[in-house]
Amino acid sequence: MNKYVIIGNGVAACGCVEGIRSYDKEGSITIISEENHPVYSRPLISYYLEDKTDLKRMLYRDEDFYEKNKCKVYYNKKAVKVDKEEKSVTLDDSTIIYYDKLCVAAGSRPFVPPFKGLETVKNKFSFMKLDDALEIEKVLSKKARVLIVGAGLIGLKCAEGIYDKVRHITICDLAPRLLSSILDEESEAIVRKTLIDKDIDLMLGDTAESFDTNKAFMKSGKTVEFDILVLAVGVRANTELLSEEGIACGRGIVVNDRQETSVKGIFAAGDCTEYMDISSNQQKVMAILPNAYMQGKCAGSNMVGIDCAFDDAFPMNSMGIFGTHMMTAGCYCREEDGGEVYIEKSDDKLKKLFMKDGYLKGFILVNDIKKAGIYTSMIRNQVPLDTVDFNLVKTNPELIAFGVDYVKEKMTASV
Amino acid sequence: MKRVYVNEKWCLGCHLCEYNCAFANSGLTDMVEALKDKKIYPKIHVEGNDKINYAVSCRHCEDPMCIKSCIAGAISKKDGVVTIDKNKCVGCLTCVLVCPYGCVTPSESGVADKCELCTNNGQTEPACVKGCPNRAIVFEER
Repeated sequence: MNKYVIIGNGVAACGCVEGIRSYDKEGSITIISEENHPVYSRPLISYYLEDKTDLKRMLYRDEDFYEKNKCKVYYNKKAVKVDKEEKSVTLDDSTIIYYDKLCVAAGSRPFVPPFKGLETVKNKFSFMKLDDALEIEKVLSKKARVLIVGAGLIGLKCAEGIYDKVRHITICDLAPRLLSSILDEESEAIVRKTLIDKDIDLMLGDTAESFDTNKAFMKSGKTVEFDILVLAVGVRANTELLSEEGIACGRGIVVNDRQETSVKGIFAAGDCTEYMDISSNQQKVMAILPNAYMQGKCAGSNMVGIDCAFDDAFPMNSMGIFGTHMMTAGCYCREEDGGEVYIEKSDDKLKKLFMKDGYLKGFILVNDIKKAGIYTSMIRNQVPLDTVDFNLVKTNPELIAFGVDYVKEKMTASV
Repeated sequence: MKRVYVNEKWCLGCHLCEYNCAFANSGLTDMVEALKDKKIYPKIHVEGNDKINYAVSCRHCEDPMCIKSCIAGAISKKDGVVTIDKNKCVGCLTCVLVCPYGCVTPSESGVADKCELCTNNGQTEPACVKGCPNRAIVFEER
């Protein structure tokens, strides 16, 4: 009987359990969970503060998930060492757990730069875990002024989540744009207007350098007073358990399309990994939930010995912020790098499709998201553009653009 | 399992399926009240060009991208039917981003919506099938 051990209890771990149990109903599964919660959806913590979900509904799986899948979960325990020779994991209470196959799905953690005076700030928070949201919830008040450092996905979703429960929000970021990792200038302008219309103060190209109790001293020389500080500067992959064992790690644990690390029998999945982005042909950390699940499931199958590949990954995001909805995917090849860009634009809508070498490589859609999945599938399946009616699909993504035979295949048989 | 299939040769492109779908899912008994002067949110869509028409609705895929991608864990398969738990859905629309057939759409309330083969609205068979004047849409085992 195989002994499977999973470090982490998030979505990648859940995928891993489901991957294992698709093929092996008997092997033992042990999960090491640093958090004291069953698997829940982390991106939902902003919706929790916004009262759009609650602790029960934000669970990613039914409450009997572990029981049904015969998993033993160590809650509130941290894995402190992996021994690849002994094939064991040591926990912070010195418990040693032996494995035949290990999956590291240890996620990521907030990166907090060493700000001077940060220790003098009382109400300071990160915004990644459910416990962060529960802590922030305690101090929210209609009197509170909030400073959010970081205008990425985490910072903006936090702003939306707490908006109706605080007096005022300021967001600063060293980057000159909001969501600089997924939006370009034109798309950002639409999102920026949405936030400005909500009277959120934006300080872009500027960031806090030091703090004193309830004051932030900015790089620009300005001072921002706040009651609540949210630090959403960035995240770092949790690689240490494996890097300390000499297992290959870059910014994330290096995995191949079987989710194998550089050591046989040790797999990794989710936000702690770096893996191949087929749209840019680069190995990178793509910390997004759908990929985490698919990586986990792929790892689980391979841990059982059933060959499975997750070889069509790329970054993608769907995100609404105060009613502005954006979807982005793949890589944005610039014209100077041999790319081609198709643009449709109006005041509050934008569609940009990025092509290169005869393939769709990426897109940015703002408030024009209808059938976006057809574009996504063109990136995923690397559909040669000369085989589709691109003039049709760029304005109106419909299946007929792929030809009558494709329509027949998909509409008249099970897929 | 029985699914909705479309014979594109027979589809007239009349869009009646869209109205029948919206009516069946409105919870109302009067079609005029349900549809007149209202923006409708059908879960089946007629597509095509000057040569061909066909209606597209959820394929209830064997290995659905929407289920694997849902950030809320709100989509699951129940007896073969891909189902959205609207109580869990927060309307992030990642499912719209990943459905390769364009079959998930935002509903009026903003949460994601798709064809559930009329298993969730008190119909005995899919309304699009029942109302198709040319029997281009069928509900059968294949």
